[in-house]
Amino acid sequence: MPEIPGLIKGLGVTFKTMLQPNVTVQYPHVKEAPAARARGVIALKEENCTVCMLCARQCPDWCIYIEGHKTKAPPRREGGKPRTVQLLDRFDIDFSLCMYCGICVEVCPFDALFWSPEFEYSEPRIGDLLHDKSKLGEWFLTVPDYTAYEAGAEVKQKKVPR
Amino acid sequence: MTFGLHLAYWEQSLVRVLFVLVAVLIPAGTFVYVFLFKMMSFMQSRLGPMEAGPYGSLQLLAEVGKSLQKEDIFPERADRHLFAFAPYLVVGAVLLVYVVIPFGPDAYFANLDTGIFYALAVSSVSVIGILIAGWSSANKYSLMGGLRAAGQLIAYELPMVLAVVGVVIQAGTLNLKNIVGAQANGSMFGFSGLGNPYILTQIIGFGLFLLASQAELTQAPFDMPVAESELVSGYMTEYSGLRFLLFFIGEFASAGAFAALAATLYLGGWWLPGLDLNANYMNVVGPLVVLAKMMVVAFLIFWFRFTYPRFREDQLQTLAWKYLIPLALVNIMATAILKVVF
Repeated sequence: MPEIPGLIKGLGVTFKTMLQPNVTVQYPHVKEAPAARARGVIALKEENCTVCMLCARQCPDWCIYIEGHKTKAPPRREGGKPRTVQLLDRFDIDFSLCMYCGICVEVCPFDALFWSPEFEYSEPRIGDLLHDKSKLGEWFLTVPDYTAYEAGAEVKQKKVPR
Repeated sequence: MTFGLHLAYWEQSLVRVLFVLVAVLIPAGTFVYVFLFKMMSFMQSRLGPMEAGPYGSLQLLAEVGKSLQKEDIFPERADRHLFAFAPYLVVGAVLLVYVVIPFGPDAYFANLDTGIFYALAVSSVSVIGILIAGWSSANKYSLMGGLRAAGQLIAYELPMVLAVVGVVIQAGTLNLKNIVGAQANGSMFGFSGLGNPYILTQIIGFGLFLLASQAELTQAPFDMPVAESELVSGYMTEYSGLRFLLFFIGEFASAGAFAALAATLYLGGWWLPGLDLNANYMNVVGPLVVLAKMMVVAFLIFWFRFTYPRFREDQLQTLAWKYLIPLALVNIMATAILKVVF
């Protein structure tokens, strides 16, 4: 009967596990703070967006909907030509499609998209998971500062454009 | 069980039925909560149910309520009458086992001279219920599960009965009440302070009894009849709602029945060292002592259940026929010889 010692060892394993305290966090009653750079929700800083559509084109799920129009803005210097700028009419992210890959955040050349660690935005209706630009702008208020790089690192620390 | 009252026969019967239901459902419910919900969870590094009542203690009520709401489904080609009857037969067989278990000097439902024989005979009636359930479901999985269960229960009935024979030889009686008395009045090497609980002399029989009752309950590692990876849920596959609940109650009530039998046969029943075996207060203390001893036995049963993986069908039969039954026979012989020598 070479199996006997293993069988007894198995009993010991379950018994020991039974006596160990659990690490389960009772979520709705007790909340853990997510990591500072956790991928909770994507936030938008509307003023930085130039409607370049890079995020919408890179999105693997096609869950970003952008509409904008061109308009004239006053010149930067006195007497100059009026500038042509793109204004954002619609910026929607459908979080029922989003797979949280973060490519849009990576690809944005004007620092308009950010990750926020907020994650409690589930909805009873799936349509309500489509967040428009005002909702995405609200998420921007929850974006935490970047953590400091290692001492002596040559890269300049990134700043969230508040 | 009349408490000095003079009741008509039908009133006595009614009281007895109610008490049997209490005696069955309280340990069964306790087992489900303490072992299935909590101990199993802790062994798997989980918390188990926590929301219904404090620490999930009302979860069982929620489960019962859920089951009662479910649609009562009959498969199209099922044998409706047998299909409906089978769960009641299984539960009924378990209830009948409790009839002979003594919870105190006067707290018993029936004091049969052949108590343990009756208990083992009645406990195997549930095989018929399981076979009926498997056959009447008109489903391959159910039939296979029912046949496997029948083969397994018959195979493990033998070592169980043979293990008990050792106790019967040592006590010299089949009456469960007298077996408790024999343990209480026994002595170990002339020292009678602790009595002589048969777990000491019949340790092999106790092990065999536990293993066999594990198999009789079709619990892991002997849960081949309800192996979900091949048979969905065995003979229970087609059952839903109340009838599924009955099978569930039957499973845990019979866990309680076997635990109570093991407590009576091997751990001294309602008696504890230092207590007066036949005193009046034992009618109140006794049931609690039996329940405590049942919890100890059930802890062992469920500990095995939550630790070991499932036996293959042939390994399962090999264990019973090639190892447990010969071992039980050797145990009987040794007990008989020692009984004659001393």
